[in-house]
Amino acid sequence: MKADGIGARVTRKEDQRFLTGNGQYTDDITLSHQTYAAFVRSPHAHATINDIDTRAAAAMPGVVAIFTGKDIAATGIGGLPCGWLINNKDGTPMKEPPHHILAVDKARYVGDQVAVVIAETIEQARAAAEAVEVDYGVLPAVADTATASKAKASVHDAAADNVCYVWGHGDAAAVDRAIASAHKVSTLDIVNNRLIPNAIEPRAANAAYDKSSDSYTLYVSNQNPHVERLLMCAFVLGIPEHKVRVVAPDVGGGFGSKIFLYAEETVLVWASKRVGRPIKWTADRMESFLSDAHGRDHVTRVQMAMDGNGKFTGMKVTTTANVGAYLSTFASCVPTILYATLLAGQYATPAIYCEVTAVFTNTSPVDAYRGAGRPEATYVVERIVETAARDMGLDPAEIRRRNFITTFPYATPVGLTYDIGDYHACLEKAVKLADYAGFPARQAEAKARGKLRGIGFSSYIEACGLAPSNVAGALGARAGLFEAGEVRVHPTGKVTVFTGSHSHGQGHETTFAQVVADRLGIPIDDVDIQHGDTGKVLFGMGTYGSRSLAVGGTAIVKAVDKVIAKGKKIAAHLLEAADTDIEFKDGVFRVAGTDKNVPFASVALTAYVPHNYPLDKLEPGLNENAFYDPTNFTYPAGTHICEVEIDPDTGKTEIVKFTAVDDFGNIINPMIVEGQVHGGLAQGIGQALLEGCVYDKESGQLLTATYMDYAMPRADDLPNFTVGTHVTPCTHNPLGVKGCGEAGAIGSPPALINAITHAIGVRDIAMPATPERVWRAIQSRA
Amino acid sequence: MQAFQLHQPNSVASATQQRAGKDDARFLAGGQSLLAAMRLGLNSASELIDLSKIPGLAGIKVDGNGIVIGAMTRHADVAASADVKRLIPALAALAGSIGDRQVRNMGTIGGSIANADPAADYPAAVLGLGATVQTNKRAIAADDFFKGFYETALAEDELITSVRFPVPTKGAYEKFKNPASRFALVGVFVAQTAGGVRVAVTGAAGSVFRVSAIEAALAGNWSAAAAKAVRVSADGLNSDLHASAEYRAHLITVLAARAVAAS
Ligand SMILES: Cc1cc2nc3c(=O)[nH]c(=O)nc-3n(C[C@H](O)[C@H](O)[C@H](O)COP(=O)(O)OP(=O)(O)OC[C@H]3O[C@@H](n4cnc5c(N)ncnc54)[C@H](O)[C@@H]3O)c2cc1C
Repeated sequence: MKADGIGARVTRKEDQRFLTGNGQYTDDITLSHQTYAAFVRSPHAHATINDIDTRAAAAMPGVVAIFTGKDIAATGIGGLPCGWLINNKDGTPMKEPPHHILAVDKARYVGDQVAVVIAETIEQARAAAEAVEVDYGVLPAVADTATASKAKASVHDAAADNVCYVWGHGDAAAVDRAIASAHKVSTLDIVNNRLIPNAIEPRAANAAYDKSSDSYTLYVSNQNPHVERLLMCAFVLGIPEHKVRVVAPDVGGGFGSKIFLYAEETVLVWASKRVGRPIKWTADRMESFLSDAHGRDHVTRVQMAMDGNGKFTGMKVTTTANVGAYLSTFASCVPTILYATLLAGQYATPAIYCEVTAVFTNTSPVDAYRGAGRPEATYVVERIVETAARDMGLDPAEIRRRNFITTFPYATPVGLTYDIGDYHACLEKAVKLADYAGFPARQAEAKARGKLRGIGFSSYIEACGLAPSNVAGALGARAGLFEAGEVRVHPTGKVTVFTGSHSHGQGHETTFAQVVADRLGIPIDDVDIQHGDTGKVLFGMGTYGSRSLAVGGTAIVKAVDKVIAKGKKIAAHLLEAADTDIEFKDGVFRVAGTDKNVPFASVALTAYVPHNYPLDKLEPGLNENAFYDPTNFTYPAGTHICEVEIDPDTGKTEIVKFTAVDDFGNIINPMIVEGQVHGGLAQGIGQALLEGCVYDKESGQLLTATYMDYAMPRADDLPNFTVGTHVTPCTHNPLGVKGCGEAGAIGSPPALINAITHAIGVRDIAMPATPERVWRAIQSRA
Repeated sequence: MQAFQLHQPNSVASATQQRAGKDDARFLAGGQSLLAAMRLGLNSASELIDLSKIPGLAGIKVDGNGIVIGAMTRHADVAASADVKRLIPALAALAGSIGDRQVRNMGTIGGSIANADPAADYPAAVLGLGATVQTNKRAIAADDFFKGFYETALAEDELITSVRFPVPTKGAYEKFKNPASRFALVGVFVAQTAGGVRVAVTGAAGSVFRVSAIEAALAGNWSAAAAKAVRVSADGLNSDLHASAEYRAHLITVLAARAVAAS
């Protein structure tokens, strides 16, 4: 192994600038003649906008311009698009009510933007925004997921019952037969709690219009700048795409919440031409709480049918998913395509049916959040599997062993084909690392101290590497899901790589450089990774769904291979050999079986100084690009085991051990992978134990709008994690990689809740399992 | 945050003068509560009177059978003080449990007590130990100092200069943290003092308060079991997102018992 090549624990190249405060985030960019925007946001969850009086605000110091929804609508601008069409069970399309970039007739959640004030300074903009007088007619709010479809009020006239769609997936009749003929059916009613993403860098944008070229530049904290540009130009503003450059510079975390095209940056681009000056907006933390797209928010009933041996014979899942007030960019596919297709989990359950009712509510839009649908699916599957084990009197490891899929490829009854995996291997390794055999002794010892110990499993699977474009298209995607990469070899043999993936915490500048350096046999410091700028990168679908290495990395590998192929032709010319006789290894082109060779850098120089060069057959230069569209999803999978100790007097849960054994396929940088796992586990544990987004059911006010009330996980909430891997290389990409960014957040919540319910001896406990909830559950047993 | 004028007086007298008669002026200590409130628009102070340049307001002195802590003494300094650790270890531990490192390096005891946040930690120590709050005008007994929700006995232009804590025979503080804010969801200070047993509770109601039933139980029998046997009523306790009144009432006895066991 090369010291900085594939498999090495290379420290992150980007950390130097991050840790020394030299990162360049959107808010760090200030342009000449900069102005600042503040949004007027609705304080009501649901209200008609009767009138907006901007006169007093407009007269305030420093105010440059004020725009309302009517001003924008008057220019014929439509609303934000939804990127995925979901059809109802009866084949009719989902309801897609307009999502104006500034609300026109009604405000539909607390924080909905109704006007924008642009001023010389941020303080002036905020002061004037407070002076904008909006006459609201307050309406009853719809804020509860489970009852939204029966609420009296309608969020949108176009969906009087607040239902966006009712979607079905799988063979309902087969599942009903399995349930009718089952030895036992386990049933569970569970809620997947709503979460607020909380990237450390709040959303921010800075939009500038250049008169001389009639073009725009948008700096924005975003995970996929090309998609942002495409959606904004083609679907909302009607600006020619080539006249807009979108730059997503350093981005301080996204977790999904920065995939989407939001109203704020769209308003800024629109307004930048009108005011003729650049406009900057950075969310303050409360705006982030109120207006970032939230995650999860499912209410589910699940039934698992079994035969007498605990083999699963059918599973039925009925879910109500809250999409919030408007359909955000991928809101419709998260609780459907990214959810129901994962309900087989790691098990050979022959029949599965899932029905999802998506509801509009007067809450912030809900969209993809680390895992996006797959954590929700895993929570359903792994909670019911553990419950089924308890109902059958089986060990939770044993019921999994009896039901694991063991032959690959395996076509699930919910539409995916798993290419490879070894679920037994991950489980057995986790069982060993967690010292499962020693649990009864530890439980007895804890009991002697008056504490309750429990242990819980979760054997998750996810579909990553999104996605074969044709498959996604058939399922309703309105975009492709390939990735693009470009490898630019400079005359000196140094390399700049341009990738359509975007790094906002993942460490691509290191991982991707390792891949390229390894393949080209050059030092990692000779490779730079560029991303996040539509003006530099040829195209990109961006980073989400743990797709960057599997899809974006593969595009780079394909471009590298083209470079090598061309290099061989140049080397053949220099070495006076046939193209087919040239081998490339460790950075050297060699005539096979001889010591005649020429190093990579010389070939590069020759490509740009083509004096001795086959100009009649070959173009000069050494610059290649590639688009890669995957042939299948990748299927990271693993087993997590959580052990908790609960103080029955206070209900406080301590995680005494958390073991995660994951199969991510081949691993490029184990240190970065472990970091991704640790971060994901922290997020999943946060969901299960701490984080709960609460809207008042009557008023629709967000009650958890600051860190005083929204509990983020902190280091001392977490144990030292025990992590391990088992590798089955992905069969359909050249690196054999699967993706690791979301696994921690997907696998951990059910493991933790299974451990708590095991410790207490209850069937369910709501997330977050706060001390009071746990204490009450203990009381209910007493 | 709104713009404000900053004064930096170098004596208590000029500080209180600058404050007198001005509704929109505030003393600024560590700023860990005041500035946050201003940023959130909950406080519209237009003049801040910074106390950090006034000599003699910070520091820890042993004084007979007590410890005197200057109003501008930072939480971190109380937590690290050898004298406090030796004489009232519970107080050092309490200071060390406040917020995070940054907050402890900025926040002050005077600011915390003057602010009288219902979930703050210091008020439990002040009331639980029967401390005396010294101001530029008078000495105020702990039992007379905390008046309600963010309310104290302080007049507008009254400045806390120090707090005197008598050394108890025994004392301990148990804090059950609010998982979000890390303030006290419930915090209980128990102490055996010259004036008798004192049990002060923070986090559970609109203001710090004493629990006479537990005090009485502990006066006869200083034991965890005695504290745990008391049933505290949930009446008047806070019910919010984080905990119900009933759960808080339950935690009071659990934490009181633990504090006694740790004392
Ligand atoms: C993230 C965070 C976490 C925190 N966690 C905790 C916690 O766990 N427990 C806890 O108890 N507290 C916590 N706090 C609050 C912290 O302890 C504050 O430091 C304290 O409440 C106020 O002290 P200060 O010196 O910062 O006062 P300031 O914020 O400067 O002032 C607070 C108020 O007191 C007044 N004041 C200040 N000094 C005097 C004086 N000498 N005389 C009269 N009036 C005065 C001011 O005018 C103002 O009204 C936290 C704060 C933050 C930001």
